[in-house]
Amino acid sequence: GPLSEQRLMDVRLGQLPAWLSTRDFSPQGLLGGAQKAWSSYYDKYINVKRGGPAGISMLLAGYCLLSYGWNYQHIKHHRWRTYH
Amino acid sequence: MFSRLVLRAAPAALRNLPRPVTVGVLHTNRLLHTNEQRLAPLPPLPEKGGEVRHGLIPEEFFQFLYPKTGVTGPYMLGTGLILYLLSKEIYVVNHETVAAISILAVIIYAVKRFGADVAAFADKLNEEKIAQALAVKNDAIKSLEAAIEQEKKEQWRAEGCTYLFDAKRNNVAMLLETNYRERLMTVYSEVKKRLDYQVALQTLKRQKEQDHMIEWVEKSVVQSITPQQQKESITKCISDLKVLSKSAHATV
Repeated sequence: GPLSEQRLMDVRLGQLPAWLSTRDFSPQGLLGGAQKAWSSYYDKYINVKRGGPAGISMLLAGYCLLSYGWNYQHIKHHRWRTYH
Repeated sequence: MFSRLVLRAAPAALRNLPRPVTVGVLHTNRLLHTNEQRLAPLPPLPEKGGEVRHGLIPEEFFQFLYPKTGVTGPYMLGTGLILYLLSKEIYVVNHETVAAISILAVIIYAVKRFGADVAAFADKLNEEKIAQALAVKNDAIKSLEAAIEQEKKEQWRAEGCTYLFDAKRNNVAMLLETNYRERLMTVYSEVKKRLDYQVALQTLKRQKEQDHMIEWVEKSVVQSITPQQQKESITKCISDLKVLSKSAHATV
């Protein structure tokens, strides 16, 4: 279909800037995009009859990574070596 | 397994996030009632979630790398990444690392040991809820079917009413006929009584007239017999008697 209706995973690498230009970056657009992402993740991994640990373990792992990234400037001071 | 616990413990938190709906060109957060087909009946939940390897990495990633790097590709990528992060100290090993390792060990042990039991327990609770709802539905269906049976029976009874009404009509006709005949009888007897009375009256009158007339005739005759005539008739009777006695004497 037209470029604006394709999902991110289906867009080819060369078309990425064009695809990004079709996206809606207003606050409602961003909020809608975030909600769509959350709802697709939720429906795939959590809202099932027999789920497993994967549903929230991935959320926790993502949270760990994010918080590590946010605190990296502070953690940098506890390095073992100065030169790598 | 955790997902099932979370679902039971905090449904409001996870489920009440509204889904975005694209209606025409409008991105809305609220469901607009434009397409009834989407809302009821809801499609059933999928049985299993998306495949995830080692609890952390979705299967799609492995499939994505498989054509180019085969089965071991993602693991090589992971190992290389980890070594790079450690050697460049983008990931710093400190006290938090030790804490993370111990926590992870405990979590993995708990999941491996108690996962199946908790899953079975949550499944049982779900089953009970569904069984309850099903029981309600089945009871409703049974009661409605019984009501249908009752209704059919009432219809059958209503059909029989025609016979009932025929019998009642016959009864009423019979009553009417009886009443009519009784009244006829009454009329007849009354008329006869009156006619009998008139006949008796006339008979009585004639009787009285006759008696009176006879009496009057007798009286007048008796009155008309003068003493002279009486004497004459008595002497005549005596002489006749003498003659008769003589003739009787003679025959004896």
